[in-house]
Amino acid sequence: MNRAPRLLILLVAVLLLGGVGAGAVLYAADRSGQKDQEQVGGPAVRPGQVSLAATGERELVFRNLAWGPHRDEVVAVPADRPDGVRTSSGVKCLRFHAAAGHGICLQAVHGPLEDTYRAVVLDDRLHELHSYPAVGIPTRDRVSPSGHHVAWTVFVSGDSYGGSDFSTRTAIADTRDWHVDDNLETYTLIKDGHPYQAHDVNVWGVTFAATDDNLFYATVATGGHTYLVKGDIAARSLTTLHENVECPSLSPDGTKIAYKRRVPGLPSDAQWRLYVLDLRTMKETATAEQRQIDDQAVWSSDSTLLYALPGDFGADLWTVPADGTGSAQLVTKAGLAPAYLG
Amino acid sequence: MYLAESRAAKAPATASGKRPGRGGAAVPPTVLALGAVSLITDISSEMVSAVLPLYVVTALGLSPLGFGVLDGINNGVGALVRLLGGHFADRGGRGHKTVAAIGYGLSALCKPLLLLAHTVTLIGGVLAVDRTGKGLRTAPRDAMISLATAPEHRGRAFGVHRAMDTTGALIGPLLAFAVLRVAVDGYDAVFTVSGCIAVVGVLVLLLFVPTPPASEELRPAPPKLSESLALLRLPALRRLVLCAVLLGLTTVSDSFLYLLLQRQLHLPTRLFPLLPLGTAASFLLLAYPLGALADRIGRRTLFLLGHAVLLAAYLTVLLATGAGAPVAVGVLVLHGLFYAATDGVLAAAAADVTPPGQVGAGLALVGTGQALARFACSLLFGAAWSIWGGHTTLAVTAAAMTAGAVTAGLVLRTTPGAAK
Repeated sequence: MNRAPRLLILLVAVLLLGGVGAGAVLYAADRSGQKDQEQVGGPAVRPGQVSLAATGERELVFRNLAWGPHRDEVVAVPADRPDGVRTSSGVKCLRFHAAAGHGICLQAVHGPLEDTYRAVVLDDRLHELHSYPAVGIPTRDRVSPSGHHVAWTVFVSGDSYGGSDFSTRTAIADTRDWHVDDNLETYTLIKDGHPYQAHDVNVWGVTFAATDDNLFYATVATGGHTYLVKGDIAARSLTTLHENVECPSLSPDGTKIAYKRRVPGLPSDAQWRLYVLDLRTMKETATAEQRQIDDQAVWSSDSTLLYALPGDFGADLWTVPADGTGSAQLVTKAGLAPAYLG
Repeated sequence: MYLAESRAAKAPATASGKRPGRGGAAVPPTVLALGAVSLITDISSEMVSAVLPLYVVTALGLSPLGFGVLDGINNGVGALVRLLGGHFADRGGRGHKTVAAIGYGLSALCKPLLLLAHTVTLIGGVLAVDRTGKGLRTAPRDAMISLATAPEHRGRAFGVHRAMDTTGALIGPLLAFAVLRVAVDGYDAVFTVSGCIAVVGVLVLLLFVPTPPASEELRPAPPKLSESLALLRLPALRRLVLCAVLLGLTTVSDSFLYLLLQRQLHLPTRLFPLLPLGTAASFLLLAYPLGALADRIGRRTLFLLGHAVLLAAYLTVLLATGAGAPVAVGVLVLHGLFYAATDGVLAAAAADVTPPGQVGAGLALVGTGQALARFACSLLFGAAWSIWGGHTTLAVTAAAMTAGAVTAGLVLRTTPGAAK
């Protein structure tokens, strides 16, 4: 074949494929545009003032996933009427948590070339106090009950160029002097009573204790196993306590840990179930939630849990008793990353 | 292997009239066409790689941590598939182009499949097929590059190809994020565009890469698998495979090196995603000049020197504790320099010592040996890290590499005609 017909074939193919590609992009752009339109029958969202200070009435704050102009904003509803009108704050977060008049908000920054992320510490009016660069895709965050510490976890994939080797990075920052430990993998790890080191250590899902500002719990993964670790910020150490624990969440009274447990024998994509570990007896209790969970639960009281499950608009919030009784109940649709205030 | 060299020297008839020995001779159109195919394909595949974690975490709500295990398996399988690709490509006539087209086509098919895969297992499966396509096409592609180029210009030809390849890898992520800017959460659009671009890559291969007639002349009967493996009986090729394996066993994977770099130099974690870009940029800029240098001073010499550069990078990481960003830049330049001095250069050196009719299998043997050795190095390095820690493990690796490089130097020096 001569050069001219070959160029012609290529030109026609490029035009056709270019059309397909452009069509796909326009279709996706139109679809994402629709998410800015409020859905009929969806939760009502009204702009207003959201405060993280304990004002008397107990509130539930979370990331609103309902379609409309306030999608992805932090919203508040009365804790006893979670399906009521959502008050939106104007602050957009991918992940959010709040306690003691402080908030942590993991945000995307849309740069000219690619998205980057940052971890923003908010005051009780949701104004930015301080921000840190977050080095990957946000997944977990927490404010300590005292408000003195914030922690966040991101997924990073920069380890290999074009590879699919992912790991996590977890950071803890002090909201009093803004000191940050930006990689908890540098803490001393004590596994089964002995100092331990490995290249594949990953840390994620910090949960803070109310009684001791230095104390936290988190997940450590290494060698294909996951562990509940007890962390000490001042001593920069992590000590394993129990195996097969991910995304721990400490109860307000500090006696129990709600967590994701990998249940053997289930399909590898749906292995995690919501469990509760009693820290005094180390007894594991399965909750009545039968579905796969991929969230760090929060405690709505010393005996009930709140967590997100996939839903029509991304995720819905559900509740279940922590003692294995009862059944899972829908709290509100189209919400993620909740926290109770007051 | 003077024989192979002199026979190959007749081949430039295929290199579109380019006369050997002319200093500034143009790079053959076949090489430019294959470079374009790689550039386009890498745009396509890096578009997917760049958004895949984001897609898995934000769109599917899954944890991507399970992919790491698959990566290791894929590397092992990919290395073996490469061997088969090289072997089947040597079946004369259109062999190289056909196997390469199947490899590129397989990877192109994977992009629309990603639209349907919604679990980590299925996505892992699609990635494995994609990797198989990559394994299949590598050896025939490099064989076509060497058969289209006069032996004395092969280093430069591979340099041009690798530079174009890396350019595509740098463009891909930018294009992917541009699509996501226009269409928020439009991962399906990214996969569709990536698939379309991959098809263009296959078309450029089919339309603009000429079928090398040389291999048919030289090798009328398709070689059997035993014949392909029997290439290892050729002393010069065997020595090269031995050296590639020996040095591969002490070549620390990129991810380990970046991890150590970050720990030793106390780099802020936000710089971490930029480290692979540093290596790629350095590789891109240096691939051509070093390929040309390889043609002048000898490919095996430069291959060894490249590992000396990597050794220098290891030592910098070991000694410059806490020194920060400027040292990191230096290490990344050295790391890219290492790739520029070894990646295409090894392929050129392998082509030098393989009979033209079996160049696909010859290149595959060297490439597979190196890849499996590097895979073994990763496993050993990971295990040693748990015992000694990263710093000591790197120091031991550096010592082992020194011994390996000295041995390789001695082995390669005994090869007749070890220069041009």
